[in-house]
Amino acid sequence: MSKEEVLGRVREALSVPSHPQVRALAGDGIRNPREARKFMPPGGDTFEERFANFSRLGEKLKVEIHLVPTLSAATDAVLELSKSCGWKKVASHHQPLTDVAVPGLAPEVIWMEDQPGTTALESCDAGISGCEALIAQTGSVLVTSKGSGGRALSVLPPHHVVLATRDQLLPDMLSGYDLLREKYGKNLPSFISFITGASRTGDIERILVLGAHGPKRLTVILIES
Amino acid sequence: MTTPLTQFKSDTKESTVDFDHRKWMQTALKGYENTRGGVEETFGDFDQAKRTGAAIKWEAIENLDTLLEEMTQNLEARGTKICWAGNGAEAVDYILRVAEDCDAKKVIKSKCMTTEEIHLNPAMQKAGMEVVESDLGEFIVQLRGEDPFHFVFPAMHLKRNKISKVFEEKIGSEPSNDPEELCMIARSYMRTKYCEADIGISGANFGVAETGMISITENEGNARLTTSLPKVHIAVMGIEKVIPKLDDLSIMLPLLGTAGAGQWLTGYNSMIGGPRQEGEVDGPEEFHLVLVDNHRTRLLADPEQRDALRCIRCGACLNVCPIFKNIGGHSYGTTYQGPIGSVITPHLRGLQPYKHLSYSSSLCGACSETCPVKIDLHHHLMRNRRDAVVEKGGTMERFAMRQFSKVMARPKLYRSCEGLMRLGEKCWRPLKGKKADPLKAWTQTRELHPPAPKSFHKQWKEKQQGKS
Ligand code: SF4
Repeated sequence: MSKEEVLGRVREALSVPSHPQVRALAGDGIRNPREARKFMPPGGDTFEERFANFSRLGEKLKVEIHLVPTLSAATDAVLELSKSCGWKKVASHHQPLTDVAVPGLAPEVIWMEDQPGTTALESCDAGISGCEALIAQTGSVLVTSKGSGGRALSVLPPHHVVLATRDQLLPDMLSGYDLLREKYGKNLPSFISFITGASRTGDIERILVLGAHGPKRLTVILIES
Repeated sequence: MTTPLTQFKSDTKESTVDFDHRKWMQTALKGYENTRGGVEETFGDFDQAKRTGAAIKWEAIENLDTLLEEMTQNLEARGTKICWAGNGAEAVDYILRVAEDCDAKKVIKSKCMTTEEIHLNPAMQKAGMEVVESDLGEFIVQLRGEDPFHFVFPAMHLKRNKISKVFEEKIGSEPSNDPEELCMIARSYMRTKYCEADIGISGANFGVAETGMISITENEGNARLTTSLPKVHIAVMGIEKVIPKLDDLSIMLPLLGTAGAGQWLTGYNSMIGGPRQEGEVDGPEEFHLVLVDNHRTRLLADPEQRDALRCIRCGACLNVCPIFKNIGGHSYGTTYQGPIGSVITPHLRGLQPYKHLSYSSSLCGACSETCPVKIDLHHHLMRNRRDAVVEKGGTMERFAMRQFSKVMARPKLYRSCEGLMRLGEKCWRPLKGKKADPLKAWTQTRELHPPAPKSFHKQWKEKQQGKS
């Protein structure tokens, strides 16, 4: 069928007005999500409140969160992770934080900008990326294909490490959308994702298993200054 | 000949006597109810959030034409190819053509009920392609050659030994008793499949008109891999999934996570607005969105029941349904099980062959109460019953009802019938559930209380006399 035919069917169907009873049941809620903020869980007004929410939710989802004072402390933290896990090969992308923290992190470092290909990325021990924002209300990491090294970096390697700064910790999902609009305007990245915890499944007997297809571990390193 | 009705009867006969399985289901679903209850409490006001969700989806349904136009224009502007499919066959044809154009041999899929509805997998396999379901639950039922048992938890009916067995037989893994090990078997099997696939096929939980995007909700990361690695990504989406604004997701996603699996937000909520764009390092070269009507407009044309199109397929109504808990998902014989399936299947596939589903309900209303977008499910079941009778009522039933109303309207007649009934019950009792019992189908597995020694009417009369 053509577009016009399908839309024609829709218009014809809608030409019969809804039954008053159905309408009455349907539309008595607050329509605007911004007004609805008041009955959604709070994100927090100050950094401290936001961080408390973010870490409380993250803990539940087994996200490893490190609050460090400076970028050089963050570099040390990732290096320590690398040593303790014995990383041999890691992948990353270029942005101000990773450019400092990633070089020298493992014997082999690949950069997404060099188009390493799926197989090379698959054999990495970890993917280290920046993010667009952290969301306090949901305990999520907001990544996009433009700001976080593409689509696969944050999902293909078994361990995803995120670097973020203090001002990136936003209260709620709506403020995340605002940020994207501000930063990209009409030209939004082709891929945007709220990552909430490590990859998981409950498909076998409802027992929670981490690392179903994506990363088994998610580490967030938040830099205070 | 098997009809949907005969299949339903024979399947339910089997599933309802399997007490172990019934108990297993009840425990599993109780667990869901408990976690969900906890998450609801984190909302300032969960009921208000539900009402906002309902209002958003209602606006979407009432403006479906303009929103679909807006969404597809935005998607096309960034290089997405759109297919408008009037029915399942058209959608399948389009997808096969895309596959042929890129000479695809291997296909990886993430969970998408719409593709079950249009029977995509058998068609692609027939055309010589390998199709692998990547969602763990879907993968398990695919290996077993079964349909999903529940449209959110496809393999919830299986215990680990059965899963281990099918892995052993079909993908040659070692037997295991450990859910984590079983997951890891699937994980490593799937890894090569992602890397080799020519096409990734996904569903969509929402479409956003304002920004021209689809939104996919999942926990495992399989949809992200499916939509990132292959050169071609095809998303298949029912036309009713579109919502007006990006902001609306801030309500819809938590509702879906909470109602669906008792999680405040599901693991990955990803939005895709096109193929790989200028300046991006990876992603598919082609992105196709297949919009499927397949009788949704028929439901839309029903001014009383079009609110059923608000459904976000969270599965909550199945989880609380006493019928679902006892007969299980396969008995329904439909793509969508449970209350919502019973409501919409008659619209999607025909009222007469599927009307029995609307009768297999206790009308307790648990479904309507739990629905995060406030669909009036149990009343819709009654509306289906009414419509089925109006369209084609049984003569016997009509006759019986007429006699019943005559008796009810005449007190004297009613009272004499009452006496007859007592007598009848006494004569019938010894036959209960036996071969000669005309009510056998019902009484075999159920108890009938003997009538009270004195009718209410008599008791009332005596009481009044005692007073005066
Ligand atoms: S009808 Fe409501 S409860 Fe049932 S699946 Fe749809 S949205 Fe969920």
